[in-house]
Amino acid sequence: MRTIWGIALVALVSVALAQRPAEIRLGIVTFLSGPASVFGIPAKNAADLLIDQWNRAGGVSGVRIRPIVVDEAGGAERQVAEFRRLVLDEKVDLVIGYISSADCLAVAPVAEELRVPTILFDCGTPQIFEERRYTYVFRTAAHAALDSVAAALYVLKINPDLKTIAGINQDYAWGRDSWELFKAAIIALKPDVRVVAELWPRLYAGEYSTEISRLLALRPDVVHSSLWGGDLVSFVRQGLGRGLFGRSRVVLTAGEHMLQELGRTLPSGVIIGARGDHWFLHPRTKDDPAHKAFVEEYRRRFGRYPVYPSYHMSQALLAMRSAYERALRDTGGRWPTREEFARAMVGLEIKTFTGTVRIREDHQAVEDALYGTTAQTPQYPFAILERMLLLPKDLVMPPVGVKSLDWVRTLRPEVLRQVPDPR
Amino acid sequence: MNPLLALFDGLVYGSLLFLVAVGLTLVFGVLRILNVAHGSFYALGAYTAVILGLWAERALGSGWLSFPALLLAPVLVGGILGPLIERLVLRWAYVRPEVLQLLITFSLFLVLEDLQKLVFGVQPYFLDRPLQLLGAVEIGGVPYTRYQFLLVLVALLVLFGLRFLLRATPMGKILVAVVADREMAQALGVNVGRVYAVAFSLGVGLAALGGALASPTVTIAPGLGAEVIVLSFAVVAVGGLGQVEGAALGALLIGLGRSLAVYWLPELDVLVPYLVMVLVLLFRPVGLFGTVEVRRL
Repeated sequence: MRTIWGIALVALVSVALAQRPAEIRLGIVTFLSGPASVFGIPAKNAADLLIDQWNRAGGVSGVRIRPIVVDEAGGAERQVAEFRRLVLDEKVDLVIGYISSADCLAVAPVAEELRVPTILFDCGTPQIFEERRYTYVFRTAAHAALDSVAAALYVLKINPDLKTIAGINQDYAWGRDSWELFKAAIIALKPDVRVVAELWPRLYAGEYSTEISRLLALRPDVVHSSLWGGDLVSFVRQGLGRGLFGRSRVVLTAGEHMLQELGRTLPSGVIIGARGDHWFLHPRTKDDPAHKAFVEEYRRRFGRYPVYPSYHMSQALLAMRSAYERALRDTGGRWPTREEFARAMVGLEIKTFTGTVRIREDHQAVEDALYGTTAQTPQYPFAILERMLLLPKDLVMPPVGVKSLDWVRTLRPEVLRQVPDPR
Repeated sequence: MNPLLALFDGLVYGSLLFLVAVGLTLVFGVLRILNVAHGSFYALGAYTAVILGLWAERALGSGWLSFPALLLAPVLVGGILGPLIERLVLRWAYVRPEVLQLLITFSLFLVLEDLQKLVFGVQPYFLDRPLQLLGAVEIGGVPYTRYQFLLVLVALLVLFGLRFLLRATPMGKILVAVVADREMAQALGVNVGRVYAVAFSLGVGLAALGGALASPTVTIAPGLGAEVIVLSFAVVAVGGLGQVEGAALGALLIGLGRSLAVYWLPELDVLVPYLVMVLVLLFRPVGLFGTVEVRRL
C-alpha cells in the first residue's frame, strides 16, 4: 500500500513539475547601437551577468531564462513592430526593456493589447502611468520627478542662499521634463529664486560654445543640466576649458553614468545624480555581500564599474524573479499565467543591490534617490561622490494619482527640514 | 548682453560647420554625387585623431604632439579610404540614376557606422590636451579657449587654400574643366577617372579634418556622423550645391543665426539651421551661390 502511495506521489510531483515550462522566454530591448548605447550596453551587460548566474544555479524557480535581445535603436514605430515580432514570432513570456521615453509611450499600449507582461526598466517620462492605467505594464525604476526634485532638495540643502539658476537641457522630452520639474521644484521650495536662462541645444549637438558663453556672462549660482552620453562629456569639457565650473555650481542630474568616461577630466565640486540610489560605492550597501559580488563580477567581466542603467536592469530582473516566486506561492506551485504574474507584480517590495524598490498599485515603482558631489581621489581614476545624500522614496516621488508637475508645485519650503544633511 | 560676443560665438560655430560641409560640397561639385557617407568620414577622422593624439602623448611623451596628430589623421583617412572607396564603390555608381547613388552612399554610411562600433565600441572618445595646452583668454569678461580662435584660423586657411588650389594650380584648373564639361575635358586628354579619385579623396580628407579638429572639443560617440550629415546638408543647400564660397557663407549664416538665437531666443536654437535654409531657398532655390546651368567651383 505504501509503495502505491509512493508511486502516486512521485507521479503527482512529476506532473506538477511537468507543468513548468521548459524555459522563460524573456525579450530584452535596449540600445545596442547609436548614441544611447552608452545606457544600453551597461544594461545589457547587467542582464547577461545576472541571467548567466541564475541559469547556472537552476534558473528562476527551477526554470531557465532564455533571453532574446533586441536593439532599441530605430525609433518608436520600429519598436512597436519589434515588440509584435517578439510576441508573435519569438513567443516571449514577458519583455523587459526601453530606455527612450518615446519607445515606452509607444510600446506600452501595444503590450496591453497583446496582454504580455512588460517591464519598462529605465525610461524617465512621468506620463506613462499618470495618464493611463495598465494591467500588464510596469516600471521598476522611478521617473524624472525623482531626478529633478532630489536635485532641487540637494542644491538647496548645500546652498540655502540660492538666488539664480539657469538650465541647459536637450530640446526633447527628457530635457524639457527634467528642466520644468527642476525649475518648479526650486521655485516651490524657495520662491525668490530667479531663472536667468533656459537654454535648449539640439539633441546630439555636441557643440555648446555659445551656450557656455551665455552661462559665463550670466554667472548663475546653479546651472542645471540633464545632458547624457557624448553630449554630457562634450559640455563638461567645453565648460571646463572656459572656467564654467569655477563660476557656477553645476548639477548633472544623470551624471553618474559618465563619471568613468570623464575620468580625471571632471573637476571636484560638481553635483551628480544617479537616477535613483544607484552607486557602486553606495553609503549603505557598498559592503553588502550581494552588492559587492555584483560590482566585482561586473568589473571582472566588463572592465568597468556598473552604472545606473545596469542597476535599473538588475531591478527589473529582480522584480521579475520575485514576481514569479510570489505568483508560484499564490497558485500553490502551479506555473502562473501571465495574468497571475502581472497580479503578483503589484505591491511587490524587493531588495535591490542598493536598497529597496516598491511597485505601487499604479504599477510605478518608487526608489530612494542618491545625490552627491564629485571628488577626485587617488583610489579611482575617475571622480567619485562625496557629501552624499540619500533621499527617501516618498520625498522625491509624487503620490499615486497625482501628476508630477502638479505635485511638485505643492512642495513647501518646510519639506527641506525633513531632508537630512549630506554626509 | 554683449552683441560682439554673440558675433564671435557665431563665427566659431560657423567655422566648425564650414570645415565639415566644404568636403561635401566639393565632392558634389566634381562627382555630382551627394555623399551621405560624408558623416562617417568625419567620425573616422575624429576617432583617428584621438587615437593618434593619445598615442603620441603616451609614447612620445609630449602633449604638443597631439597637434600634428590632428593634421595627420585627415591625411591618413583621406589618403587611404578615399581612393579605396572611390575605386571599389563609387566608380561603379557614377553612371547609375541619382536615387541609386544616394542609396549606395547611404549603405556605405551604415556599413562604416557599424564598422566604427566594432572597432571603437560605444564609449565616448575625446582628446583633452590641445584645449588644455592652449589655455583660455578673456574677452568682455567671458573666457574663450585659444583653440576656438585656432578653429577660425584653420577654417579661413582651408577656404583660401581651396580657392588657390582651384583657381591657380594646374590640378585645380583641370578640376574646374572637368566640372564644366566632362566629355570635352576627356576628349582633350584629361584622365577624368583620376580627377574624380583626387576630388573624392580631398573631400574625404576635408571631412576627416573637420572631425579631427572637432575632437578636442566635441566628444566622438556612435551616431555623431548622422548628426553631422544633416547639418552639412543644410549648410550646403544654403550656399548652393558645389560652391566652396557658398559653403563658407552658408556656415557663417547658420552659425550666426544659431548664436543670436541662443542669446535672444533659446527656444529657436534647434530650428535656426532649417529656418535659414528655408528662407534662403524661398528666394533663391539654388542656394546663395548656386547657378542653374553652369556650375562653378
